[in-house]
Amino acid sequence: MSGGGKYAMADWTAGVEAIVYQSCAACGNLQYFRRSFCCACGATDPVANRASGEGTVYATSLVCRAATPETRAHIPYNIVLVDTVEGFRMMAHGDNDLSIGDKVTARFAPFAGRLVPYFEKTKP
Amino acid sequence: MSFITGVGLTAYGKHEGSSSLDLMSKAAELAIADAGLKRAEIDGILCGYSTVSPHIMLATVFAEHFGIKPVYAHAVQVGGATGLAMAMLAHQLVEAGVIRHVLVVGGENRLTGQSRDASILALAQVGHPDYEVPLGPTIPAYYGLVASRYMHEYGVTQQDLAEFAVLMRSHALTHPGAQFHDAITVADVMASKPVAMPLKLLDCCPVSDGGAAFVVSREPTGATDVRVRGCAQAHTHQHVTAAPALSELGAEIAIARAKAASGLAISDVRYAAVYDSFTITLAMLLEDLGLAARGEAAARVRSGHFSRDGAMPLNTHGGLLSYGHCGVGGAMAHLVETHLQMTGRADNRQVRDASVALLHGDGGVLSSHVSMFLERVR
Repeated sequence: MSGGGKYAMADWTAGVEAIVYQSCAACGNLQYFRRSFCCACGATDPVANRASGEGTVYATSLVCRAATPETRAHIPYNIVLVDTVEGFRMMAHGDNDLSIGDKVTARFAPFAGRLVPYFEKTKP
Repeated sequence: MSFITGVGLTAYGKHEGSSSLDLMSKAAELAIADAGLKRAEIDGILCGYSTVSPHIMLATVFAEHFGIKPVYAHAVQVGGATGLAMAMLAHQLVEAGVIRHVLVVGGENRLTGQSRDASILALAQVGHPDYEVPLGPTIPAYYGLVASRYMHEYGVTQQDLAEFAVLMRSHALTHPGAQFHDAITVADVMASKPVAMPLKLLDCCPVSDGGAAFVVSREPTGATDVRVRGCAQAHTHQHVTAAPALSELGAEIAIARAKAASGLAISDVRYAAVYDSFTITLAMLLEDLGLAARGEAAARVRSGHFSRDGAMPLNTHGGLLSYGHCGVGGAMAHLVETHLQMTGRADNRQVRDASVALLHGDGGVLSSHVSMFLERVR
């Protein structure tokens, strides 16, 4: 699926229930943090793609001490790094019992007044 | 060539009523006196930053406050690596003949000047503003992520990490300036409040007030000369989401470059000063630098290898974990302690031989690295 060069296709960072990444037509590099160019080769207008939301847990940290009233209301919350099936890594929230290596699927959940990606174990 | 000619360090902990400039001034005065110099002989100033009192021109603010009109001055910002990055820059400026005596200074009233929440929030901003910070991570969480992966790949346990907190505390007990003076055990670390698992309260460095400074000069000014033998940096990423694999982190790159620049090997090193913002930071860096085999740093702590009377004394002042962490000054205390050890002035903490020292600093989330070898030349 192609974003037709619209590198800023709306995603969860803009309140839309979607995870978006960019791919470079020139060198094939994938990047998660949106830019108007490819950070590997410098080519302009990387293509925006919507991710499937499937991936594998790379790392986890259960946050038990937060620094604002809005985030404290959610503790403990699990911050995870997920390696997506598409091939890029992202930070998100997840179930508190996730382990490294778990296959996971994203949904979206409210957190401190925002919408954030939230991973749970993929149902067999 | 360049020499570390003087060092200054305040106690870390609470300095009620002291501003960042007060703490910087106190440390600077100590360092200049230690070098046997007068204020007017200082012709360069490098300083870090203060999260309590941010300013776009901190070096000139400090210079005016302290009463120096330097030939060269500016601030440097590389997070926890700032102190060693300034030492490296000072070395290069002196070698290039730009200036003769550089005052490097850091200090902050981070503990009493703002709330802990404010400190945690300020530091969390090293995360990506769109893709990480909205998720509510904290600095301990960024390092907690790295810790979970490191433990998974190399079979390191929470008890292993706790050993580093216990070691740093045991060293701090012998330094009157350290923030903490109560002995702790592995069981205490394990039972401490969860912060960002697998990291618990005693796996984390505290927030402190304090100041540290040193002078880097073209020629020695004292009886014992400590020379910068070689140094190097590596910067692989900023955000933990964009970090490379554990086997490709910047510490390994920086130390390889520093070895090449100095012509020294790890087997030459007699004293180690390694950044220890969290227990996992210290465990990983020791292994990345080659001071312990992969997954075996904790075993070396248990065997006394890194103790004051061990084969590789490490952070004998107590490190960030127990001497304290006031921001930029935090890791500069590692250099101050190294200098005291190398010049035989570490009192009851003195090690047998600190003729060659390795220092390493890390900023961000293992993002920016500086490795430096110091050598005593007489």
